[in-house]
Amino acid sequence: MDSDKINLELGCTTCTTQTTYSVPIGPVHPALKEPIQFTFRLSGERIVGVDIKPGYAHRGIEYMGMKRNLIQVLYLAERICGICSISHPLALTQAVENAAGIEVPPRAQYIRTIIGELERIHSHLLWAGVAAHELGFDTLLHLVWKVREKVMDLLEQLTGNRVDYAIPIYGGVRRDIPDEKAGLAYEALSYYKNLLQDMINAFLHDKSVAMRTSNVGVLTYDDAVALCAVGPTARASGVKKDVRQDMPYLAYADMDIRAITPEDYGKPVVGDVFDNIVVRLLEVDQSIKIIEYCLEHMPGGELTSIPKVAALLAVLKKADGEGIGRHEAPRGEVFHYIRLEAGVEAPVAWKVKAPTYSNLMSWVPKFMGDEIADIPIIAASIDPCMCCLDRATLVDQGGGEAVKLKEELVKLSREKTRRMCG
Amino acid sequence: MTVGIATAVWGGIVVLFGSGLLGLVYKGFDRKLAAHMQGRIGPPLRQPFYDVTKLMIKENIVPDHAVTWLFNGMPVVSLAAVATILFYLPLGGFAPLFSGYGDLILVLYLLAVPALAMIIGGFAAGSPYATVGAQREMVMLMSYEFPLAITLVSVAWRLATILPGAHTFSLAVIAAHPLWGMVGPLGVIGLVLLLISLLVVTPAELSKIPFDIPEAETEIAGGLLAEYSGRNLAMFYLADAVKMIVMSALVVALFIPYGIAAPLGLAGALGAFIDALFFLVKIFVVIFFTVIVVRVGFARLKVDQVARLFWLPMTAMALLGMIFLALDRIL
Repeated sequence: MDSDKINLELGCTTCTTQTTYSVPIGPVHPALKEPIQFTFRLSGERIVGVDIKPGYAHRGIEYMGMKRNLIQVLYLAERICGICSISHPLALTQAVENAAGIEVPPRAQYIRTIIGELERIHSHLLWAGVAAHELGFDTLLHLVWKVREKVMDLLEQLTGNRVDYAIPIYGGVRRDIPDEKAGLAYEALSYYKNLLQDMINAFLHDKSVAMRTSNVGVLTYDDAVALCAVGPTARASGVKKDVRQDMPYLAYADMDIRAITPEDYGKPVVGDVFDNIVVRLLEVDQSIKIIEYCLEHMPGGELTSIPKVAALLAVLKKADGEGIGRHEAPRGEVFHYIRLEAGVEAPVAWKVKAPTYSNLMSWVPKFMGDEIADIPIIAASIDPCMCCLDRATLVDQGGGEAVKLKEELVKLSREKTRRMCG
Repeated sequence: MTVGIATAVWGGIVVLFGSGLLGLVYKGFDRKLAAHMQGRIGPPLRQPFYDVTKLMIKENIVPDHAVTWLFNGMPVVSLAAVATILFYLPLGGFAPLFSGYGDLILVLYLLAVPALAMIIGGFAAGSPYATVGAQREMVMLMSYEFPLAITLVSVAWRLATILPGAHTFSLAVIAAHPLWGMVGPLGVIGLVLLLISLLVVTPAELSKIPFDIPEAETEIAGGLLAEYSGRNLAMFYLADAVKMIVMSALVVALFIPYGIAAPLGLAGALGAFIDALFFLVKIFVVIFFTVIVVRVGFARLKVDQVARLFWLPMTAMALLGMIFLALDRIL
């Protein structure tokens, strides 16, 4: 086509040959729900190169956390992401409990698990709606988001909030799930169990969805392993990787959790967007079963080992050491590192690694060779969360852009850690 | 076969304003019904009127990179072209206003003009999204024109074999002589195939989901229309609304030109009025099944998938319909 004309109009500077041209997508674009910059090199409608530039949603939350006491940090962690608003506190509480040696009563562990799995249901349904919208299938978007309201209502009934549930606290949980509320949960779960076949029909047996998602955005098994993909993105490529299976925590140790891959649906693993849909829909079913197990086998006993916040703060202030916490968030493994020093209220170091950070690089093989029309659904296929992802920013007083490679980044990170930890 | 100047002017004004109003009303129904099918409440029926009024008073922004006269000219060309088609279409019980001055082939060409205007406007906008949109619209145009042309020509040709000497490429003649009763069983099969291919072409011609590829909001941010705003966008919006009426009026004229006044034994002004109302209902039914239901029920296709769909199965179906009509004549 007349790519020369396009080059001129774009003021393209990165074009390597006469047959390719660059199209910027982002930082603000209807296909993206959060800011990130893609620069695609295209040959006709085909993608031959992509450059990804994150960093538009950095808010310095970790730094803010290091100026506050741990209870306040919990509030901050809850607000790292609006969708994973239980995943970050779950990872943080585990990290702090690990560092301070605080025990969590069994009942609290079960309640945390229930809320975490409810979040997975609402997150996967939210993703399914977004995916349908990116495919231009708004009917499915509206229907899926309508049924998602049921789990949002349940979360509100159980915790008081639709998002930011404020359930975990170091050493336990802040609210119980009494029997009358468990009834509400059972009702919502049976609603979703009846609905699941309809969802599978709407997504997996629909010709136009299959036409748009089969063999689109393929991430092979080898690429997924090499690029350290996590969560449904890795599992859709056949990598049996799930924190709940590999390193069971909370109530997951009592259950037999298996990582779900497309093989569970009885189809060979391709690693395309269709497989991503398969894995996420089957995980909704898995979450329903986990919550049912937790409700049935809920142990009695205390909600928290240190009920008084003042006492808790005193214990945390005395704590000395470092800890890690990991949780299988709806999008993959979320990891928190914390370092506490005796006599200091604030954590000396707090590091958050969100699943999108690990999945970022899997975008490159997914985009390669596909078309402009596939960009939105491939971008959505890893369920990206930019505000989770953006944990670092580079301030350069000299001006201009900088690209840091791995060795230098590792060196800079180590220097910073040494500075923080003294 | 001549038209008086006064009739042409007054009729033209009525047709233009009427179709604009009707197009916006039907767009309102489209949005409301689609919303209900999607489990939403939807905007009020008069929302398209609000939209056009608002766009008319908004600033008309021309991008720095744009070729200004082309960029501003194309919305006018688009609206003028679709409005002109209306003068050649039989509306309700009324014969086409310019009957005798143009025929089916002219309508076919005029139908391509709004798409061409959007392509030129898109390229003139100088935005990468609009450029991609324009390229896609070109591919779309090349895809659906062939089955569309086969359908229109086949119907006119079959009618010519039945009514030798009549001016069968005139839509007035086609509408006055519905083919369904004049052909044998093979011909009816052929007509059904042609009707189906025309009904599939309709949403593509109107750039509605699953064929809204040139605009594809989530992919290219509105594509062709990405840089358009204010008055220019309002004109494209109106052209789109009128084109919806035009396409369904074309389907009605070719395949369902029946009135209910005669069977009901009504004549004169009352009969004409009833027929006009019935015409509106027929148009609505066509829009309902080709635009509203389809756009609710499908995901957006990719441009290569659309090209394949129209070049292979749809062209084959239209050709098959033509062959059936030919066989019907021979046997």
